[in-house]
Amino acid sequence: MKKYDAIVIGAGHNGLTNASYLAKAGLSVAVLERNAYIGGATVSRELHEGWIYSNCSYVCSLLRPEITRDLELPRHGLQVVPYGGSTTFMRNGDYLGSYFDHDRQYREFARHSKRDANAYDRYSADVLKQTRLIRPFLLKTPPDPTSLKLRDLKDLADFAGSFLHMGEEGLADTIRFWTKSVGDYLNEYFETDVIKAHLAGSGIIGTALGVFSPGTAYVLLHHYMGEVDGTVGAWGFARGGMGAVSAALSKSLQTFGGDIICDANVDRIIVKNGKATGVALKNGDEYQAPIVVSNLDPKRTFLDIMEAEDLPAEVVKKATNFKIRGSSGKLNIALDGVPKFNGLDLNSPLMIGDMHFSDSLTRQERAYDDWKDETWSKDPYLDMTMPTMADPTMAPPGKHFMSVFVQYAPPKINGREWTDEDKAGFEKTVLDQIGNYSPNFKDLILHCETRTPREIEAEVGLTEGNIFQGELTFDQLLFNRPFPGYAQYRGPVKGMYMCGSGTHPGGGVMAAPGANAAREILSDLKKPNIIPEGYADD
Amino acid sequence: MSELSNDTMLLETPFHSRIKELCGLNDWGNWSGYTTPNAYFDVELEYFALRSTTGVFDLSPMNKYRITGPDVEPYLNRLVTRDVSKIGINRVGYAIWCDDAGQLLDDGTLFRLSKNDYRLCAYRRATDWLQWCALGFDVNIVDETDEIAGLAVQGPTSCSTLTAMGLTDLEHLKPFGMKNYDFEGESLMVSRTGFTGDLGYEVWIAPEKAELLWDRLFAAGKQFLIKPIGSYALDIARIETGFLQAGVDFVSAEEVIRPGRSRSPFELGLAWLVDFNKPLFNGRKALLAERENGSRYRFALLDIDGNKPADHSFILKGGKQVGTVTSAVWCPTAKSNLAFAQFEMPHGAVGEKFVAEIYYQRELHWTRLLAPCTVIDRPVFNPARRRKTPAIAF
Ligand SMILES: Cc1cc2nc3c(=O)[nH]c(=O)nc-3n(C[C@H](O)[C@H](O)[C@H](O)COP(=O)(O)OP(=O)(O)OC[C@H]3O[C@@H](n4cnc5c(N)ncnc54)[C@H](O)[C@@H]3O)c2cc1C
Repeated sequence: MKKYDAIVIGAGHNGLTNASYLAKAGLSVAVLERNAYIGGATVSRELHEGWIYSNCSYVCSLLRPEITRDLELPRHGLQVVPYGGSTTFMRNGDYLGSYFDHDRQYREFARHSKRDANAYDRYSADVLKQTRLIRPFLLKTPPDPTSLKLRDLKDLADFAGSFLHMGEEGLADTIRFWTKSVGDYLNEYFETDVIKAHLAGSGIIGTALGVFSPGTAYVLLHHYMGEVDGTVGAWGFARGGMGAVSAALSKSLQTFGGDIICDANVDRIIVKNGKATGVALKNGDEYQAPIVVSNLDPKRTFLDIMEAEDLPAEVVKKATNFKIRGSSGKLNIALDGVPKFNGLDLNSPLMIGDMHFSDSLTRQERAYDDWKDETWSKDPYLDMTMPTMADPTMAPPGKHFMSVFVQYAPPKINGREWTDEDKAGFEKTVLDQIGNYSPNFKDLILHCETRTPREIEAEVGLTEGNIFQGELTFDQLLFNRPFPGYAQYRGPVKGMYMCGSGTHPGGGVMAAPGANAAREILSDLKKPNIIPEGYADD
Repeated sequence: MSELSNDTMLLETPFHSRIKELCGLNDWGNWSGYTTPNAYFDVELEYFALRSTTGVFDLSPMNKYRITGPDVEPYLNRLVTRDVSKIGINRVGYAIWCDDAGQLLDDGTLFRLSKNDYRLCAYRRATDWLQWCALGFDVNIVDETDEIAGLAVQGPTSCSTLTAMGLTDLEHLKPFGMKNYDFEGESLMVSRTGFTGDLGYEVWIAPEKAELLWDRLFAAGKQFLIKPIGSYALDIARIETGFLQAGVDFVSAEEVIRPGRSRSPFELGLAWLVDFNKPLFNGRKALLAERENGSRYRFALLDIDGNKPADHSFILKGGKQVGTVTSAVWCPTAKSNLAFAQFEMPHGAVGEKFVAEIYYQRELHWTRLLAPCTVIDRPVFNPARRRKTPAIAF
């Protein structure tokens, strides 16, 4: 039996981040990963010869720059290149482009509505105000509102302070943002269908809610709070696919002497006398450690790899009730060349960006209706990118990799498991959707890997295939993530911790949960804090 | 369906063909989405054209809104802080507008074309705000930015130049007055307004006649030493004469992200534009409260010792920072070193003395200069010919 100071279950990017910091602080650390490869949902895989797929996550923005720098990820091979904008194709043959250049963006929006093009400035400022409010808390442990500990009180006061600092209007705006639907929110600013639909997309990605469901405005914010090189809200591609993030983290971990053990499927966390003492694998191997950290989502952590008899009933109940609904699918496609899209110049910066095919909130809401009816959207919202427009390493020269994120795909079809026929039908729906706007697209397809929530769950272990390890709704955010009383990364059993996207600040390739959890562990061990503080903004 | 176009590059103004020919320095900038010249041939000489002969500046990118309808006066009176009814027909008024918190959104000029017909020239794009404010009013608002080309014709010989072009009786036009002329079958609107603090006019024409207007103007102005000027020269002139610029001397409240970074009219020295006799206008309540309780900041003009412009300087009192500079320039005509500063209250009263912390570099050698400075009560450049009617010949 092997002994470590700490064991991290799962080599997702958060598990790797957590382990890196623990190892950097001098602990002997092992990361146990069920799959033969690391990364979880942050992974690059060659599934068609010569093509590297960003198999799950595909674009990068949320990754905390403080961690990137502190763990020297660029030196370990990570390069993130920003992309050029985004496009929504319209049924009438036109499109809406959104450029990073402000004036260009204005002119293109003005082509659809001068008023909306102008309103966009007000909208951006309002969204940025909200991101400013939450960004300082990304690399912090959420304060426990019921605690009387000095630290919690101070953090709560800081938190309340920044709210109050925004003034009456700002406060009202904040509450709107945390409770409203993205559709209602956008209706307050804009009059044009395609502009609203274009902006609403970020409100539903990965979420089992529709554009008119309360709470989706926050999801939009979640997609805006990242950055590329200080440009808040910008997105980029990781060169070599998202696996480059995990690869760099694993190299960082290894330079600090940590072990990564793949094909290590954890069966359970061993608890003795109310303390975690190690883990047992499915194959019977055991590893001992006084600290056990789970990178798995809260359901898997508490209902799968822990025994109910080791846990308070309240935790089992909260884990059972935790909202983690599958709502997304993905297609990874190898292309023989660049598809042409209606009206878009191949040299446009928009070709190096995300593309969408839903030009109204109504269509997006209908797509959600299908999810509620337990079937995939017949007119799906797609977030499509071709990283190979900016990254020559993912496909042979002249060939391309296309990543298509699909909203919505339910965890079950009409109450039963997905079948292969369902999967084929889902694939056809998505390919047809793109084909409607790109005449030569289908002819260019060399290989297509289709992933429904069934495949995502089976491969990454994300319950129901929920990409964020739990819905990003207010009842499951901040001091409620994953659930009240357990938001400070400590589990209910001594020595047991959580570090996955199911903890604050939530899903996405962010590395913040992993780093925050490490800070709490080191604090319990009375070791100095080595987790960097967030960059200031004022 | 919107017009299909891939053309989303910087736009050219209706005068572009002429400007391109004259822009020998090939030094271009981006003003509000248009390609505009920073400088044509020599910033210094361009500036002196404004002050000694005539300088011509292309104003076309300025945002222009035509506001008409039976409710236009009450609408505008709620929108802006001054009393619009006091602007007569064929007169122009400088105006500012605030949000409900009494924070400045933008400033601009309001042209009264007839009883219920106004044109608002705004530095920032304003469609969205204008439309929101129009709810409940019977008004029609049209963005005319691309439909009207404009030139600022400024300087001591500007009246002579325009008169030589055939605009008779122009010398009797008073400051802030306007007049319509016929120009090749199109209406040419001339106002005695400008951003240079000198004798000067702005001329407005349909884009189709823009090039012809340029040609006639330069032909007529040749003997009066007319020159085109770019935005660098204009900037010197506007600071010298004490004009604020949105985005430089204040951030529009709508664009402010960090709490407390917007400014009220009082905090920018614009109290004279706020008319509390009006029962209601956007921001009135908040501004009344501010007048009662005091402002957070004070805008001040600083006369700074020495000849090093105090760009981005900290202003110190007893070693403590009490203000910062938003605009600064060495004034080539007034021969003084001027800066606009925002002070934390109660600092910055007229006559108060401070120290400006100025950094300047010569051949990679940086010097930190602590220059004494004094708050002055009015801009240094303010010639009598600016107001004189009839206007002088040169
Ligand atoms: C299809 C898809 C697209 C996405 N797109 C984006 C995007 O473009 N940008 C973005 O920022 N985010 C995106 N996300 C979200 C983001 O990828 C995830 O939130 C994030 O990667 C989760 O990281 P994690 O480390 O918290 O957990 P995970 O990546 O879920 O890692 C958990 C790890 O634990 C392992 N594991 C599970 N069970 C066991 C066990 N019993 N024993 C041992 N190991 C186990 C898993 O194999 C996995 O490696 C996407 C997610 C998906 C699924």
